Amino acid sequence: MQAFFDIFDIYLLEAVINGILLGGLLALLALGLNLIFGVIDVTWICYAELVMIGMYGMYYLIQYYHLPYFAAAPLVILLVALLGAALHYLVIAPLLGAPPINQLLATGGVLFILQSFATVAFGIDFRNVGIRLPVLSFGEMHFSYARLLSFAAALVGMIGVYLFMTRTFTGTAIRAISQDRQIMSLMGVDARRLYLITSALGGGLAGLAACLLVLQYDVHPFVGLSFGPITFLICVLGGLGNFVGGFIAAFVFAQIISLGGLFSDLEWGYVLAFAFFIVMMFIRPAGLLARRR
Amino acid sequence: MMQRYAIPAVGIAAAIALPFVYRNPYHLHILTLILIWSFAYTSWSVMGRFGLVSLGHGGFMGVGAYVTALLWNHLGVSPWIGIPSSMAAAGVLALIVGYPCFRFRITGHYFVLVTLALSGIVLQVITATRDYTGGSLGYTPNRATGNHWLALQFDDKTTWYLIALLVWMVGLLVWRAIDRSMGRYAMEAISEDEDAAAAAGVNVTAEKLKITLISALMTAFAGALYCQYQMFISPDTVSGISVSLQMVFAAIVGGLYVSLGPTVGAVITILLAEGLRISFGANAVGWDNLVYGLLLVLFIIFLPKGILGSVVEKLKAQRMPSSRS
Repeated sequence: MQAFFDIFDIYLLEAVINGILLGGLLALLALGLNLIFGVIDVTWICYAELVMIGMYGMYYLIQYYHLPYFAAAPLVILLVALLGAALHYLVIAPLLGAPPINQLLATGGVLFILQSFATVAFGIDFRNVGIRLPVLSFGEMHFSYARLLSFAAALVGMIGVYLFMTRTFTGTAIRAISQDRQIMSLMGVDARRLYLITSALGGGLAGLAACLLVLQYDVHPFVGLSFGPITFLICVLGGLGNFVGGFIAAFVFAQIISLGGLFSDLEWGYVLAFAFFIVMMFIRPAGLLARRR
Repeated sequence: MMQRYAIPAVGIAAAIALPFVYRNPYHLHILTLILIWSFAYTSWSVMGRFGLVSLGHGGFMGVGAYVTALLWNHLGVSPWIGIPSSMAAAGVLALIVGYPCFRFRITGHYFVLVTLALSGIVLQVITATRDYTGGSLGYTPNRATGNHWLALQFDDKTTWYLIALLVWMVGLLVWRAIDRSMGRYAMEAISEDEDAAAAAGVNVTAEKLKITLISALMTAFAGALYCQYQMFISPDTVSGISVSLQMVFAAIVGGLYVSLGPTVGAVITILLAEGLRISFGANAVGWDNLVYGLLLVLFIIFLPKGILGSVVEKLKAQRMPSSRS
């Protein structure tokens, strides 16, 4: 019996730590979406598909143009940032006055466009960048180096955004406009420019996530569906637009998925996470950190 | 007054007579598919037209299709019992998700994302229980050996066409009944302003639950019917987010606020997909969705009332030039 617990604990610890590492990545994904929602009041249903395009960008830059990983990453971040800005300029901007549901559905249309564009342009094969990072071992526990790297990069990315939002003039303006958009336009702030910057920033975060995800997962046109829904759930659970809530919710979700996957298949981890989400909607409908009204 | 009913009556008579004079199986197949999906899209628009945008209908459809097929294959339960059971299951699911949403005023973005979670759950559960459901490879109900009526499996297209036609008409009647009920006014008041509606004595939670339940039951029925007709279901074709988005897309393109709008949407989407498939063959993979997506975005930006909705509005404006509505 004692031996059983010893083994069990090591697996448990491994699952917990892997959960934390996954949480970093999910938090990064949620941050981009939260940023867009908090400032522009729009949900990008196609957010995960932007990540997917970024992953294809990494794949082609590395496999076809033989760029080193760290040279390809900034290019991809830039590319997805531009995509984010274009998405705002072409789709969201004409709909800013429309009912919120219409904006959401329009980005749903963009989801179709990006997914099928990837199918048409890149085919439905699974592809990977062919970078195999070593596995780190602590005693009996194994962690992939890729996960550690993504966790660290996700943290750096999030701290970067935090500094940008609190220490720069543009960041301050963005935070201000998310609090009151009418007044800020009267104060001489160009809302359209700020929205574009925010969209590019959100896109850039998606690009960063793409650079990290591509190390761990194969790319295919529907890869967005495997982490897109979970990202939305994290944002809702944390309270849409609430950065800290999203951050905490990401780690809670990652633990549920990781521990659920330990006891059964990975899908059951997701099912558990979804079920947990619905239960939480009973208890805290406005998000984990919402004040009770 | 006679004229008002003449056109629909002639149309229905023509639709019923069609398979007896015109027997091209491929065209009948397409028509049947259009009718089944029209019914599904109509079910979505029953609640979608009141601003209750759900992305969970892929989940209801999946429950409808899979519960029916699983009961038949594993327990030998006839679809005559299986379909009501699957509808009941979807109804329970709708209540479980709907009640907290409506009770705690989860609206707008939040409601969309919660229902999105619902289709995610159904998709993941189907994939995770692959020992029973076949996972992402799909699932085929066993061929009936005995009575075709008992198993609700028919080989000829004519029978299926007539069944789908009947179901589609029932769907339109439900739509019409809701359109003429008190519930419609309650729901419209709610979609304008929930607090004001509640203050005016509308039971917001109950009204929303009622409409959601009707919509979920119809959608589950559509899923079961689709399963019985196609004799093959996979998580991608009957559940998940893409199916939910497809419903939203068709309903919006056709027009949410007119009874035949979703049907027009189904005609357009299915003809588009089939046309692309025939003209490009295997190369068409992805193109149909690319066109869907583009159309969806363009419609929401430029024609939010949908094709039929805009046409109807134009006609009304011509008929009564003096009144501004």
